[in-house]
Parts: sequence; structure tokens; C-alpha cells
Amino acid sequence: MKYSEKVMERFKNLKNMGRIENADGIGKVGNAKCGDVMWIYIKVDNGIITDCKFETFGCVAAIATSSQATDLIKGMTVEKALEVTNKSIVEMLDGLPPEKLHCSVLAEDGIKRAIEDYNRKKQGLPPLPEKEDDGHDHGHEGEEE
Amino acid sequence: MKIHYLDNNATTRMDDEVLKAMMPYMTDNYANASGVYSFGQDARKAVEDARAVTAKFFNADDPREIIFTSGGTESDNIAIRGAALANAAKGKHIITSAIEHHAVLNVCKALEKEGYEVTYLPVDKYGVVNPDDVKKAIRPDTVLISIMAANNETGSIQPVAEIGAIAREQKIIFHTDAVQAAGKYPIDVKAMNADLVSISAHKFYGPKGVGALYIRKGVKVSAIMQGGHHENRKRPGTENVPGIVGLAKACSVAMDSFKNPKAHEKVKMLRDKLQAGIFEKIPEVILNGHPENRTENTLNVSVKFIEGEGMLIQMDFEGICASSGSACTSGSLDPSHVLLAMGLDHGTAHGSIRFSLSKYTTQEDIDAVLKALPPAVEKLRNMSPFWKNRVTA
Ligand SMILES: Cc1ncc(COP(=O)(O)O)c(C=O)c1O
Repeated sequence: MKYSEKVMERFKNLKNMGRIENADGIGKVGNAKCGDVMWIYIKVDNGIITDCKFETFGCVAAIATSSQATDLIKGMTVEKALEVTNKSIVEMLDGLPPEKLHCSVLAEDGIKRAIEDYNRKKQGLPPLPEKEDDGHDHGHEGEEE
Repeated sequence: MKIHYLDNNATTRMDDEVLKAMMPYMTDNYANASGVYSFGQDARKAVEDARAVTAKFFNADDPREIIFTSGGTESDNIAIRGAALANAAKGKHIITSAIEHHAVLNVCKALEKEGYEVTYLPVDKYGVVNPDDVKKAIRPDTVLISIMAANNETGSIQPVAEIGAIAREQKIIFHTDAVQAAGKYPIDVKAMNADLVSISAHKFYGPKGVGALYIRKGVKVSAIMQGGHHENRKRPGTENVPGIVGLAKACSVAMDSFKNPKAHEKVKMLRDKLQAGIFEKIPEVILNGHPENRTENTLNVSVKFIEGEGMLIQMDFEGICASSGSACTSGSLDPSHVLLAMGLDHGTAHGSIRFSLSKYTTQEDIDAVLKALPPAVEKLRNMSPFWKNRVTA
């Protein structure tokens, strides 16, 4: 397994880590069982993603794709962000080892889910539950706030 | 950049003495040890002298009880498959444990497909097999018990002498994979009541690609490769003369070290310093493996709420070589089978990191880890959803 220089560069100089308090949408994907959990936070203003952050438990590929994906959708309209594919994220990182491609799928899923969560909130629906909850002791939603 | 090599359970640096002993057989004396001319007989003598030294290393009575192989994996394969095949008329049941190296586990899995039945014994939270479980698992058709001497991931030492005694009493063949024990403490096939014992040279300052298998006199083992009559017909193929000489030299260096255990005490002292430093500087860390009864050089911890690969890469930026039981490094989706067998949840197993020291490890290496690891952990924890959302007691 060998990461591209872009991946290593990303991992060294990560951007957008952390959470957004009072996010407009949160996409929680993955599970600890497989070793990758990604939470994507978005702030939306006038249909435009003005801020985007991530919290990721996972390998270097998962962390680098989280950072790349959050960078990518910042400034995009919600509609445009929905069109982001894992393939485009992987290309921006000069590829991933084949066994790590699932990490990029997670980033695409995370974005989509954060936007879905945002859309639900707009309609006054309850927030989305975590995807693929495997019963592990994580995801104690917002108990610190 | 200076390398801080702390992955000695994966492989070790060769001892200079070992290389020196091997050199003549890679240069001047390149003869096939089967040659009848004296040039070949010189190579033969080197192999047989090496066999005598290796027999001593095992505390075996007779050098003919030693065969040379291509390493730990092959020794394990010959021991398990060879004994299973040779004794199939007596029964087709094998007992092993959930924490064995894949060189044992995957042979057992292959045998299951060929009509053998295998019991995989559980371990306790320290990763140790209970001899009572071995006793209970024995059936009339049990022909082989294979339990490792020390585990490669945690260092936990297994009660092999007790298990061997149980096997001996029941006239069941007992194999132990002593690959991680060799060089760290004396291996005594008599004290262990062992019939078959595997070692690998590169784990104790010898060359890669050479190992040995002790086969107690009278124990039936079939060859698993077909070819010439080498190695008592158990392992065909032209002898790896330089490798075999190197293995024997590693054995004699190890035997000398047991007489003057200063080097071993130093390894343990540095390992304990590393352990204490990590626990002091990083909160929410757990020790994987037995607190005391574990190989002197091994430290395996789980850093909760983060994944191992990020730690390894961050360590690599500082020249530190370590390993992890996370899925990312095992090439599968599951983390280490050893840690899962000990009852760790997946998340905690993914967050494991193993440092394994050697006689070449210095205080400087330990300091490098203690400097690099805490900020690496902090960086990764700060972006972990579990860290911020953990339930603090
Ligand atoms: C316990 C154990 N058994 C077997 C092996 C395999 O040894 P080798 O690499 O010499 O084939 C190893 C090393 O990876 C090991 O740690």
C-alpha cells in the first residue's frame, strides 16, 4: 500500500478539521467496525455552502478524503455539491490504493447525507440518524452541547 | 533522517557476527552441500555444524531432530500439515488457538477444507490460552495441538510447558510456534514437552528466509513438498548454506546472551520506560497483552478514539518504524484477529500500535517516540468524532 504524494501532503497539512457548532446539516457515515467513521458538517447560506468541516475516525485515506471533500464543496451551491462524486475526490488526490477506495465513497456519502440532513431541517423534519449504526458505543449525539 | 526502528517483531537487524559467519558461504565456498568432492563436503560440514548448534539452542538431544527450512512460515506448515497427514489414520482433529500467526491459522483453515476438524481455543483478556481449555477440547481423534510460545502482536507468553504436558500424557503431538520466543529467552523442547518447534532466524538477528523445525525423534511428519532427499527427506531442496550458517550463528549469539542477560535487561528497561512514558503523557490508553508475562521487547497499546494508521504515518514523518493491528495495515476490513480474540471492540483494536524493541534500541529511540507520539495522538483525536463525544466518567 502506497499513498500518493498528494495524499501525504494533505495529511500533513489538513484543513477543515473539527466541528461546526449549530451546523445546518450533519452527515454521519461509516462505522467503527470497519475502521472508518466520517462526520461532515455544513453551514448553508442562501443555498450556498459557506463552511464545511469534518470529524473523522479512520485511516490516512479517510482523513485525507474528508479534508479534500470539505475543501471542494466550500463555496458550492447545495445542488452542485450533490453532484460531487467520489471519483472526482480521488482524482484530486492523485488516486488511492485500490483497497482504500471505499474511504472516498464515504466522503461522497457524507456530503450527500449532510445535505439531506440540511434539507430535512429546512422542512422541519427531525435530524437524520447515523447511517449504518452497528451498535458500537459511538455517536452519542450532541450530549456536550 | 535518523531511523528509529521499533518493529523488531516484524524483523531484526542482522548481528554483525552473523553476517561475518555467512560471508564465506556466499563468496568463496559456494558448493552444493551434496557434492561428494571435498569442496562440497566443506559446505556439508558447515551445515552439520550448524545443525549441532541449533540442536543445542533447542536443548535437543540429537542434531538429527533439526531440519532447516525457509523460515517460520514453512516450519509451521511442515509441522502442522506434515503431522496431520502422517497421523491421519489416528484421527483428524487439531487443537489450536485464535491468536496464532497466519502461518498456523491458515494451514488449519486449509486442512478444514480437506476433511480435518479444528478447534480454535479462545484466550483471556491478556491474550493467554488456558491449559484447561486445551484439556477440555481433546477428543479421541485429536492428533495435534499447536499453541504458540509467545504472541507476535502482544508478546503474551503462553503456558506451553503445561499444555505440552497435557498433550504428552494423552499421546497427542504438540507443536509450538516459538518464532517470537527464540532469542528472547531460552527454548527448551524438554521443558516445553514439545514434539515440534518452529523458529525463524530473522526474528533474532539472523538472516531472512531461513528457519528451523525441531522434530522430536519418533514423531511422524510427512514431507509437504516433493523433491530430493535433503533434510531427512522432510524438506527437499538444495540447502541454503549461508542462511543455515547464519541461523546457527544467531542461535549461538542468543545462547551467549542468555548467559549474560544484561542486554535482555536493557531491552526490558527501555520497553518499560516507553510504556510508562506513553501512559504518563497520553490519556485513555490501554495495554494490550499481559502486564508482566510477556516478551521483554514488546509493547502494544490501544490509543482510544483514533485509528492506528494515522499514528504510524505520523510516526514515519519522524523516522519511527512501528506497526498497528488496524485493518488498514492488515489489508482487510477487520482489525487484528489477536486483539479481537482478547475481547477488544473493533474501534479499540483499530487504534492499536505496537512498538517492538531490540538489543540495538537506544534511549534516543524511546525519547523520539515519547516526543512524537503525544502530538500525533492529539492531532488525530482532535479530528475524531468519538474523542469529542466520548462519555467521560
Ligand atoms: C509467531 C510467528 N510465526 C510465524 C511467523 C512467520 O515467520 P517467517 O516470516 O519467517 O515466515 C512470524 C513472523 O512473521 C511470527 O511472528
